[in-house]
Amino acid sequence: MSKEYIITICDGTGCIQKSNAAIRKALEQQLKDHNLTNDVRVNLSGCLGMCDKGPIVVINPGYTIYGNVTTNDIPEIVEEHIVKGKPLARLAIQEDHLYNRFFRIFGDAKFFGKQMRIALRNCGIIDPENIDDYLSLRGYEALAKVLTDMTPKQVIEEVKLSGLRGRGGAGFPTGVKWQVTARAGSPNSPRSTSDEKYVICNADEGDPGAFMDRSAIEGDPHTVLEGMIIGGYAIGAKQGIVYIRAEYPLAVRRLEKAISDAREHGLLGKNILGSDFSFDIDIRLGAGAFVCGEETALIRSIEGGRGMPRPRPPYPSVEGLFGKPTLINNVETWANIPVIILDSGKWFSTIGTERSKGTKVFALAGKVVNTGLIEVPMGTTLREIIYDIGGGIPDNKEFKAVQTGGPSGGCLPAKYLDTPVDYESLAKAGSIMGSGGMIVIDQDSCMVDIARYFLEFTQNESCGKCTPCREGTKRMLDILIKIAEGKGEMYDIENLERLGNMIKKASLCGLGQSAPNPVLSTILNFREEYEEHVKDKKCRAGVCKKLLTYEITDKCVGCDACKKACPVVAITGTTKAKHVIDQNKCIKCGACFSKCKFNAIIKK
Amino acid sequence: MEVVEKDKKQIRQAHCEQELKEFIDSVKDMEHGDSYLIAVLHKAQGLYGYLSREVMDTIAQQMQIPTAHIWGVATFYHYFNLTPPGKYVVSVCLGTACYVKGAPQILDAVRNELKIDLGGVTEDRLFSLQLARCLGACGIAPVVMIGDKIHGEMTPQKVVDVINQYRKADSAHSTGLASSPRATKK
Repeated sequence: MSKEYIITICDGTGCIQKSNAAIRKALEQQLKDHNLTNDVRVNLSGCLGMCDKGPIVVINPGYTIYGNVTTNDIPEIVEEHIVKGKPLARLAIQEDHLYNRFFRIFGDAKFFGKQMRIALRNCGIIDPENIDDYLSLRGYEALAKVLTDMTPKQVIEEVKLSGLRGRGGAGFPTGVKWQVTARAGSPNSPRSTSDEKYVICNADEGDPGAFMDRSAIEGDPHTVLEGMIIGGYAIGAKQGIVYIRAEYPLAVRRLEKAISDAREHGLLGKNILGSDFSFDIDIRLGAGAFVCGEETALIRSIEGGRGMPRPRPPYPSVEGLFGKPTLINNVETWANIPVIILDSGKWFSTIGTERSKGTKVFALAGKVVNTGLIEVPMGTTLREIIYDIGGGIPDNKEFKAVQTGGPSGGCLPAKYLDTPVDYESLAKAGSIMGSGGMIVIDQDSCMVDIARYFLEFTQNESCGKCTPCREGTKRMLDILIKIAEGKGEMYDIENLERLGNMIKKASLCGLGQSAPNPVLSTILNFREEYEEHVKDKKCRAGVCKKLLTYEITDKCVGCDACKKACPVVAITGTTKAKHVIDQNKCIKCGACFSKCKFNAIIKK
Repeated sequence: MEVVEKDKKQIRQAHCEQELKEFIDSVKDMEHGDSYLIAVLHKAQGLYGYLSREVMDTIAQQMQIPTAHIWGVATFYHYFNLTPPGKYVVSVCLGTACYVKGAPQILDAVRNELKIDLGGVTEDRLFSLQLARCLGACGIAPVVMIGDKIHGEMTPQKVVDVINQYRKADSAHSTGLASSPRATKK
């Protein structure tokens, strides 16, 4: 039979002097008394290095390290840890941070090598539908600490100290937002007199190509709830709301389960953990409107109306949901909070770059070998993300660009691959951090087409309230389509730039202010491609249909397959002789290209 | 036979009305009751498959909110259907990851196969076609969602095969031979 536990006693000179031999004797005696000698192996090891905390006893599996152990502690260790299976917190050395657990389990795989998981620390490790799993990994310990040992002011100070910035994309300092919301509604505040406040979790992840929030909630819903409860305590709110996309049924279900489990455990509801703090959380579903990711539009949607933004100020921190001060943070921001409370804001601020602290979750997708969800310290370069974690571009194709920030972001070419990922560096390079979508683009994609794709999206999602966004994006799209169809003129490119900058300055909300970014950044970094479309009427990637010509080469054996496939009878030629495409008739549908078994048809 | 069918339909209709009413009653007297309008519309669409003018009128009366406002909300959000969808809703994902991996060709293939355009319903009312802006399954792009099932790593040929599977399962089901692949009730 295999041993269930391995207990290792440090047998270095330091621990020997601190009488580890007695401990070993006591331990073996205890195991014998409990009839456990067959289930537990007792080992000696060389020096572990933590000599000042000796004698050291390590219990595996689980890597629990006990320090300053005396013979008197042994019965308790055996009773609690071995018999009941619960590590003894009193003696355990908790020097490691929460995220470390992830490394012990997955640290060796190359995909995880450069990652650092804080927000996603439990994703893939715990059963998200089992609150006990979360509790066993120090879940809700941060909440307990806040309720017993910290005043709301201290909580806000800790968040401020951490340097955490909004992970929804704009990067506003989280601690400052909390402070403003906490102060709003106080007797000294000029605006609001009510003491009612709200906490909102923005899980309306609308960027196409992004799935960070969905995965975080599906993998570890409780950490988001815990963050929100702490936020509620800090600003003095009683009600929290998670606004989540209806398109994410699994995430909604897990969140519902997590909320009801938390209520059952007294972690939500009246007098949380016996304190005089009460707080509850509700779920509200979105209904597929991208603009609702904008905070004032989101609030409007929760209130049951059309999700249209309004001018700020007043900011939601002062006048938000139902006119009350409201604290809105993104899913990932909330997920960072318990770690900041437990491992200290000071520690959190050691990760990352000077102005961007902590880590960032990215949804890595597109033309990259390892697609998926990753979390890296701020300051990791795009190259490390795409090549070391992502495994590079599949099929030996050439890297062309990386798109960050979705429809609000930009495309960065190869020369920016060594840009460190943080709010300022990405903005300087012409893109944005965004909420974390990262799409890798290879030689097969046309940059004019990518710009058109994103603009089509924002144009469609524009709520129509302000003119620059509603009309401006439409006009920009018209020009882009004109260029993609080979009818563009050189002044069209300048017009795009002029119009784009105007929309950025004049729009009401973040959607319009960032909608031209994909176009402007592709013009900035891939101007020659635009010029090729305009001057040479050519699309080098072979994407823009109207600029393509299909031709039949000498490889043609005259099998007639293409002739039969052509919907407009543009192909002529007798059987077993080379066929020809009549370019005037051809509608460029590509049917012949995909039918040909001899690779005799080429796209030009 | 026809009479039985008609009765069944009426019973089902009454059942839906009852369920919707109960849901509205449970939320309208809560604090900020009006703010539950979108939740009510979700419930109604879950029951009927779409939001008809009649359903919106009923909601207007029960919640004491003008139909014009409800209409405004229902038309603002893409998630709500104002016309009855097909039995299987085919959503072709045009999220960025799917787009760069060939979603436009998938969409063309589905269009050709079903002979309908976006927002259309096939003549046999079996399929309707719509766009999705990212289903969050970017790792297995390009994806197509049929009903509530996601089909990943599609090619123009594969998507046609999948559609044919639904056709086959449906005709088998209607002649009572096998069960339909649809996982949940509408």
